[in-house]
Amino acid sequence: MSDVSVPLTTKKDWASDQEVRWCPGCGDYSILSAVQMLMPDLGMRREKTVFISGIGCSSRFPYYMNTYGLHSIHGRALPMATGLAVSRPDLDVWVVTGDGDALSIGGNHLIHALRRNVNLTVLLFNNQIYGLTKGQYSPTSEEGKVTKSTPFGSVDHPFNPVALALGAEATFVARTHDLDRTHMMETFRRAHDHLGAGFVEIYQNCNVFNDGAFAAITAREARPRMLIPLVHGRPVRFGVDDELGVVVDAQGQARIVAVADVGEESILIHDERRDDPGLAFLLSHLARGPSEPTPIGVFRAVERPDYGALLNHQVVSAAERLGPGDLSDLLASGTTWEA
Amino acid sequence: MTETAGHPLQELEKVVIRFAGDSGDGMQLTGDRFSVSSAIFGNDLSTVPDYPAEIRAPAGTLAGVSAFQIHISDHDILTPGDSPNVLVAMNPAALRANIRDMAAGSTLIVNTDAFVDRNLAKAGYDENPLADGSLTGFTVFEVPMTSLTLEAAKPSGAKSRDAERSKNFFALGLVSWMYSRPAELTLAWIEQKFAKTPTVAEANTLAFKAGYNFGETAELVGGPFTVKATAFKPGTYTSISGNTALAWGLVAAGQLARLPVFLASYPITPASDILHELSKRQNFGVRTMQAEDEIAAAGAALGAAYGGHLGVTTTSGPGMDLKSETVGLAISLELPLVVIDVQRGGPSTGLPTKTEQADLLMAMYGRHGEAPLPIIAARTPGHCFYAAIEAVRIALKYRTPVILLSDGYLANSAEPWRLPRVDELPDISVAYATGPNSTDAEGRDTFLPYLRDPATRARPWAIPGTPGLEHRIGGLEKADRTGAISYEGDNHELMVRTRAAKVAGIAADIPPLDLDDPDGGADVLVLGWGSTYGSIVAAVERLRRRGRKVARAHLVHLNPFPADLGDALRRYPKVVVPENNLGQLTALIRAEFLVDARAITKVQGQRFLYSEIEAAVLALMDA
Repeated sequence: MSDVSVPLTTKKDWASDQEVRWCPGCGDYSILSAVQMLMPDLGMRREKTVFISGIGCSSRFPYYMNTYGLHSIHGRALPMATGLAVSRPDLDVWVVTGDGDALSIGGNHLIHALRRNVNLTVLLFNNQIYGLTKGQYSPTSEEGKVTKSTPFGSVDHPFNPVALALGAEATFVARTHDLDRTHMMETFRRAHDHLGAGFVEIYQNCNVFNDGAFAAITAREARPRMLIPLVHGRPVRFGVDDELGVVVDAQGQARIVAVADVGEESILIHDERRDDPGLAFLLSHLARGPSEPTPIGVFRAVERPDYGALLNHQVVSAAERLGPGDLSDLLASGTTWEA
Repeated sequence: MTETAGHPLQELEKVVIRFAGDSGDGMQLTGDRFSVSSAIFGNDLSTVPDYPAEIRAPAGTLAGVSAFQIHISDHDILTPGDSPNVLVAMNPAALRANIRDMAAGSTLIVNTDAFVDRNLAKAGYDENPLADGSLTGFTVFEVPMTSLTLEAAKPSGAKSRDAERSKNFFALGLVSWMYSRPAELTLAWIEQKFAKTPTVAEANTLAFKAGYNFGETAELVGGPFTVKATAFKPGTYTSISGNTALAWGLVAAGQLARLPVFLASYPITPASDILHELSKRQNFGVRTMQAEDEIAAAGAALGAAYGGHLGVTTTSGPGMDLKSETVGLAISLELPLVVIDVQRGGPSTGLPTKTEQADLLMAMYGRHGEAPLPIIAARTPGHCFYAAIEAVRIALKYRTPVILLSDGYLANSAEPWRLPRVDELPDISVAYATGPNSTDAEGRDTFLPYLRDPATRARPWAIPGTPGLEHRIGGLEKADRTGAISYEGDNHELMVRTRAAKVAGIAADIPPLDLDDPDGGADVLVLGWGSTYGSIVAAVERLRRRGRKVARAHLVHLNPFPADLGDALRRYPKVVVPENNLGQLTALIRAEFLVDARAITKVQGQRFLYSEIEAAVLALMDA
């Protein structure tokens, strides 16, 4: 998608003149910064770039990008982005959404955009809480979560966004977190460059209503023991000295083991290009929540034609096959008679 | 086979025929073929199907009865007729379901083979109506259609189970003879339609000929009759249903606007045929997307509109409920979006296959906040074509969602339609914004996404991909001119009033009321909207023939109203409004114009008969 004549830009060119109004200390700032820093590298033009969001804290994102932007309605960013991306394949369309927006009110649209493989980059800011409405539990909140709407603890079982995306036949599924700019930028770049729907779950801290939800795994000192980096073609290992690894046992379960106990050759080799999503699904369920060692990185990156390209190909080939439509011929295409 | 030697041909001005049978009996096909023969013969006609909501209701039951009514005439007509002159009943259920619509003296042609105990019981008859005297007063022709069909089809080699399915062609042949319809057309059509299954083609051909010959030789049935050709305005004609006309109108609008059409839709009765038809038109650059739900359909259409395409979504009542939030967003974004509501009986799932006009107030008011938008209503099947173009014209020019109302009756009924000349259709193209439209305090060129065209109050349509016009829009209230988020009270009031004024201002851009008052000074004005047009016109003609002074007008634009509507309403001592709801337009005009309009209402899932309107108007005139 790069264009040799694209002018060189800097992060500043991609920032709009709007004052950023997230709460001080919000994880959204670092995500915005990572995206703005990444944009000059992607070789895209500002006018060809569109950010579309739904409703929620994260959905204010488009206002801060000096691109085209559409802040839509709750849960509906994906349908609008789909209509735009399909009708305008020349554009680079990004969707910014949250756990409530994408997984609760807009859950249906997420699974369908992913299965259709619409050419979009979807950034799901998961803070496991409703922030804009001031602190109710979300579809990713852990069981037992005490919030304003669940004073005695939530009895809802949470969604696992990565597992959901894999189940929805997504072709690109990744996870990153708001405390690692380098990892975010690399993950966003991969999602962007993926042809089709690039889905990224971002663990994002809401320091007002759900502070520290991911601290157990994303705090700098915790990361070596708690984050399991997924690298294509490499053994799935982590730990301060890479002493831990993931194996799939004879029962088909993914387990964390000491590499020394099983031998290096037993450790699972990560293959993001496997057509079968089974192993990626196992990895997505390795942690029951962000309090246990959790894989981050690209779970799955496979090729499948995107919906817009297929549809536009049909339109082009119909015109080639039938000739460009002639309205007079269409009107006279049924049985006609003269009077 | 057009010879009718030995039988004097009796001329009729018009005739109304209803074909009724089980939903598997092919009654829609039969009626459709009879329509085509009549159209090519040169008659004006109007048709309406009536079929069950269930795909395959239990055979032989009242719930499974499928019917098709056709009105053919030697003069201009606009309705499928009131009471049929002839009912073809393929089984007891078809007779029972339709007999109440038949006037005394009318003709019943029944398939006696189907009047066996089991079928009689399924239809709820304790006694055989052919034998118990209950049909006294009707002219009943008893024809053993099934057995005659089986006998006739023998040479085709079709198995009896398959040959039996040809009995609708027997009925078609019989009625074709009765009304002197040319047989050759239908026979040629059978050859073509069933070319891949020669046995079926042969069985159908034999059945059709047997029916035709039965009429001629058995002398059991009346006829032959003929209905002379209508004096049509010269031109090329085709038979068109409302849904097809609407779909073609959208294709045409795309061409006239020089924009690719993007239709996103979710299947729903009775609107799905628009999606089907447009899905076939990819060579016109039409993109169709079957969305995951009604909300996504509206959203995808709006997303495409944001990208500069002609965004359209089609649905019926339940889908309208779901789309309303997106329509509100489109009002806020001030982007063109065409929302088509093929109304059906409601509330909730209601009557999916039956017609109603009860979504007018939803179209008008069914969104939160002050959210006005233009509303257009089609009035005949052929008019759906022009209504679609008009809806698109207004949406594009004023950058607003427009609701186009059709209904189940228009969707499925058909009439001869004079093909428009494409070069006579209007240019409805609009320009995208291409550059800055203002200068800032320092004199630099700048782009204000909510700076309005002084004439239309429309904001610029600045599509992504346009260098220098990058901007952010959304559903939060905008500051005037800049489009930046604004929670400021005075600005909100200004924007609410500006959006309303934009829609109201369209009144200056639409035709005046089509007031029809030949002698002037009528005693009553009959005001209609939508699909009641045909019945109202027929009713008013009959009232005038009675010597009554009746004026008539029909609204295509329901928001805003034509600028002269108020004056017209105040000119008449009485105003009556027939509508297939409980008085929704009546409520609107009473509120808007303080006139004592009276509603004539019908909510039975069926269109008005003209006789019903005639009687109701008379009653109100004489009250």
